[in-house]
Amino acid sequence: MTSFEIWDVHTHLTGVPGSTPEERLPRLLEYADRMGIAKLCVFLGFGRQYDPTPDQLRQHNDEVLRAVRRCPDRTFGFVYLNPKHTQASLDELNRCVRDGPMVGVKLWVAQHCNEPTLDPIVARATELKAVVLQHTWLKITGNLPGESTPMDVAELAARHPRATIICAHTGGDWERGIRAIRPHPNVYADIDGGDPTSGYTEMAVRELGAERVLYGSDAGGRSFASQLAKVLGADIPNSAKRLVLAENTKRILKPILREKGINV
Amino acid sequence: MNPEPSRRDFLKTAAVAAGAVLLRNAAAAKPAEGLIDTNVYLSHWPLRRLPCDETAKLVTKLRANGVTQAWAGSFDALLYRDIATANARLAEECRRHGGGLLVPFGSVNPKLPDWEDDLRRCAEQHRMPGIRLHPNYHGYKLEDPDFAKLLRLAAKRGLLVQMAFIMEDRRMMHPLLQVEPPSLKPLADVVKKTPGLRLELLNCKVPPLDLLKTGDVCVEIAMLEGVGGVSKLLAQAPTECVLFGSYAPMFYFESASLKLKESPLNEEQLRAVRCANAQRLLA
Repeated sequence: MTSFEIWDVHTHLTGVPGSTPEERLPRLLEYADRMGIAKLCVFLGFGRQYDPTPDQLRQHNDEVLRAVRRCPDRTFGFVYLNPKHTQASLDELNRCVRDGPMVGVKLWVAQHCNEPTLDPIVARATELKAVVLQHTWLKITGNLPGESTPMDVAELAARHPRATIICAHTGGDWERGIRAIRPHPNVYADIDGGDPTSGYTEMAVRELGAERVLYGSDAGGRSFASQLAKVLGADIPNSAKRLVLAENTKRILKPILREKGINV
Repeated sequence: MNPEPSRRDFLKTAAVAAGAVLLRNAAAAKPAEGLIDTNVYLSHWPLRRLPCDETAKLVTKLRANGVTQAWAGSFDALLYRDIATANARLAEECRRHGGGLLVPFGSVNPKLPDWEDDLRRCAEQHRMPGIRLHPNYHGYKLEDPDFAKLLRLAAKRGLLVQMAFIMEDRRMMHPLLQVEPPSLKPLADVVKKTPGLRLELLNCKVPPLDLLKTGDVCVEIAMLEGVGGVSKLLAQAPTECVLFGSYAPMFYFESASLKLKESPLNEEQLRAVRCANAQRLLA
């Protein structure tokens, strides 16, 4: 099998043993090494707060900072923010990205991302050249109250055409998610987190272009293996696999990495 | 209702059953090296075309990935009421393609009238070594007496029973085709009351460890998740209860094969999961 450079745009400090971030990250990297994954983007600490307070945000981000400082050559941190706490989120963004080593923003399920409260956060992230990764899902069983959909991401992207926005999970229901983000060239499909259903990556590459599709895993809750299979097993050219597995993530992170003196 | 079998029918049945045993033994007699995929499907998923949903393409894909035997069910069996045609087509497809690579596992829906004859045809007419059940698509719970009866009859015929727990993530089902996964709670009791039963659970995200520990039930790894999922499962369940399954072509085949690479497994574990456990189950 052809070997590819692999950057994983979506991982967490879960699913591996260890009572501290410094203990957990190396365990996660052991599995990443087995799969040939060079770099991991890491976000969210140990808690599972859907609607975190400013204090909880800081705790999450401190845990991620500790983890990425343990292995700075292999990992990039994204700062976890809650748009319901706009000023606290802007302060965290400055602390962790402007003044710290983080390179992206993670938004989860506190509030739908088409709300105007997102605007100052996305605007500031864009000024800092940070990418914005928004969790999305389209559940027939019902989304959480603040859980965004790819349609919400599309609205946000239309308001912020200069922002680099990653539609995490592509809505889970990828056949609808891909269509929802298709008109917005500044939105990237992160194909992580759902089942490795065949045809997923083929459709994403066909409809969005290989340049807009990113490999991510959602490890450690998900397996690196099942998520890598979406790319390695897809009926797409090797040139497209190369883009999806690393080159696209590298390209969208390049501006902020360059600011931080990291050459990729 | 089936009439009582005559002596002639009995002899014919016995001969066909002996043939089924031969087929099972032939399937089981291949060397323990290789890769046995215990969870593949033929035909078309009702809601989308899949890259390898033509049997010839699937066979090519499996062979290219080192699969030496694949136990195949049929997507048609999920919704067809005339399930006998789905099983007949499955058997024919397995005969026509792959040169013995594909081993058919017909489906039986115990809520259909005269389902016992579908079971008989699977065993006697198509000489299948096992059957595959889909309780959520066929609308029964595991405490249903018909399910218990089906297991009893299958065990009596020496058929391996595969039960697909789910077919896709419940959160992303088509709005017009939502089926709830069955509760596995009643299974322990049913299994206990079915001597001789060999049961493999397919598409289990969370394998029932209690059942695995008793040694009565096996699982495959297609929907197992989490980093190092296979080694974590093997740390909690007997090695002989874990089998290889890809759920191709619904899932990318590589998902299951890469899981074996992601988990640190010793030679014995690898051999057991790749083929030895499946071989023993069919023996």
